[in-house]
Amino acid sequence: MTVPAIQATNLGKRYRIGAAQRSHHLREVLADAMKRPFQRKTEDIDNDETTLWALRDCSFEMAEGEVVGFVGRNGAGKSTLLKILARVTEPTEGEAIVRGRVGSLLEVGAGFHNDLTGRENVMLNGAILGMRSSEIRRKFDEIVAFAEVERFIDTPVKHYSSGMYMRLAFAVSAHMDPEILLIDEALAVGDAAFQAKCVAKMSDVARSGRTVAFVTHNMSSVRSLCNRVIWLNSGRIAAIGDPDEVVASYLQTSYTTWREQRWEDRDEAPGNDEVRIHAARIRPAGGTPDDRISISTPLEIEVEYWNLEDEAPLGMSIQLINEHDVVVFDARPVLEREWQGRPFPAGLFRDVCYIPAGLLNDGRHRVEVTFHHYKTNVVYSHYELLIFDIEDDIDQRYEWWGRWQGAIRPSFPWRTELVMPDDESEYAAVVGATFHRTS
Amino acid sequence: MAIPQAPVTVIRPSRGWSAINFRDLWNHRELLYFLIWSDLKLRYKQTSLGAVWAVLQPFLTMIVYSIFLGRLARVPSDGIAYPVFVYTALVPWTFFSNALTTSSLSLIRHERVITKIYFPRLIIPISAIAAGLVDFGIAFVLLVGIVLFYGIVPTTAVVLLPLFMLLAAVTALAVSLWLSALNVQYRDVRYTVPFLTQVWMFMTPIIYPSSLVPERWHVLYGLNPMAGVVEGFRWSLLGQDNPSFSILLVSTAMTLLILIGGLYYFRRMEQTFADVV
Repeated sequence: MTVPAIQATNLGKRYRIGAAQRSHHLREVLADAMKRPFQRKTEDIDNDETTLWALRDCSFEMAEGEVVGFVGRNGAGKSTLLKILARVTEPTEGEAIVRGRVGSLLEVGAGFHNDLTGRENVMLNGAILGMRSSEIRRKFDEIVAFAEVERFIDTPVKHYSSGMYMRLAFAVSAHMDPEILLIDEALAVGDAAFQAKCVAKMSDVARSGRTVAFVTHNMSSVRSLCNRVIWLNSGRIAAIGDPDEVVASYLQTSYTTWREQRWEDRDEAPGNDEVRIHAARIRPAGGTPDDRISISTPLEIEVEYWNLEDEAPLGMSIQLINEHDVVVFDARPVLEREWQGRPFPAGLFRDVCYIPAGLLNDGRHRVEVTFHHYKTNVVYSHYELLIFDIEDDIDQRYEWWGRWQGAIRPSFPWRTELVMPDDESEYAAVVGATFHRTS
Repeated sequence: MAIPQAPVTVIRPSRGWSAINFRDLWNHRELLYFLIWSDLKLRYKQTSLGAVWAVLQPFLTMIVYSIFLGRLARVPSDGIAYPVFVYTALVPWTFFSNALTTSSLSLIRHERVITKIYFPRLIIPISAIAAGLVDFGIAFVLLVGIVLFYGIVPTTAVVLLPLFMLLAAVTALAVSLWLSALNVQYRDVRYTVPFLTQVWMFMTPIIYPSSLVPERWHVLYGLNPMAGVVEGFRWSLLGQDNPSFSILLVSTAMTLLILIGGLYYFRRMEQTFADVV
């Protein structure tokens, strides 16, 4: 029997939220200390309403060479788990035994300095990621070639386009050679072509015989790459097992509907230094998120976001994904004339996308939103922004009562004619009649 | 198939005093080297005078003090020319006060890395101090020149000078451990540092000789570890005949105390850096 590469037992991580966390200022701490001189910091933490268990009772094993996918919606504890395994943060309880050098592809470009050249940044970033300098030197050409920045390698990275910057940052991370690799697929960066290259590189790594913990929202990657899948729900393991089975049950049962989301605090809202999401909602046109949504309801998807960079070359798209993980559409503001081609000043924006009735099929749907700069560089993507059910509409079913296939369910203009009846007498009765079946 | 010599890491919540993992530190020595190197590179890349600043800062201070305190106020200097008297103290002091300023901000400055990638966090304040040592070295070369210029011949006590340089570095590290970790938790710290260094300077025999402090207060005075450093510098380099051994001893003991306390505090706070930063 072989020893597992990762053996986690009852891992748990508790965060303090809200008031308990705000003790950032000496004055408050001193004032607190005056009020309660004998109170110990660690007392009664379990009963405190201001703490949150991001991860709890998490036990699993990963065999050497095994590729394990971690699925679950945002906030389920996937990133926390990876951070604990990467030793970025300590667990509050439990333990994990890790055999082998751990590398993490959780973030790219951390530790990049604008004033250092590409070459210098590769060396520094490599060292931060735990590579030996001999190793970095050996892989240097490969890294630079992968990032496609050969000509600019001795230029300070502040003169790089954001695409070049991200490519170089990803290239360094992707060329680590640890025994155990932690990957967050959400960090595939750059324009579409480079993103594809990133995902391909990650797949290569995952197939190279290493032990890989793989966090992703892309269910087809999970199915094609992973030996096993762990589904996390609200910080706990909901299921472990065969990728197809776990993914299927995750997609079917894990989603509760989520027609509106709102983040009041700009600093806590999802996003980054470029853009943060304030709110998102889906509702029938002119209605509220609580109203019924059926296949014959015209819909509005509204996204409010803070653009944090002044004069940003910002663009966005809204993707709708159905329960079979098929992208139904990728909508962009092509018909929006006022802001097209204009730089976005810093501020709060609201975008509304109008979806006509009679387009979508029934079932569970998920909304993703992606923001990009300079037409090609993705700066932020939010998966599972909204989740909602579209109900069937009996009036739209006509004669068919079975399962209605397809990602969309449009009502096309249709024409049916009786060309030649078998019975002559009947022909006389209906001659000239045509049937229109349109909505 | 077992992984040959695969390092085994046990991840579990640490409680109280957790020993410093020296092997872990040693494994990351290249990172330390790269951080120092990039620190220096960045510092000198962004300034037009570059490394000259390492000398200019204590040198210009020396001139100002010599004119106002040495000449006009006639502050005593134990019979040594005031410029060399004050510069000898300013070299370790400038290193120390700069170390406090940079290291107290060092963890915040590396926030993005800390929240994403693991490495022994101790490397960050250590690299901040080490980068300052380079400036210290440059300023020290000028110090030797000035000492020779004033025709001062060091006594045999000069062999102890490296010891006092070490004491200066360790003192800077010890205090920096406290300040850097404190600043993660309480952002007020950075605003108190300028004031702290100013007061600290007056409590250290830089612009005046320690002989001005009554003998019976020397033990108390030595609680300031920089007093011992400056005293040691003057004694070993300028051949001052009356070093206050009580100051030296108390200061050295104090440095070790602050260092051990600092390591403990830093290690304890280290567990939450990534969550708090």
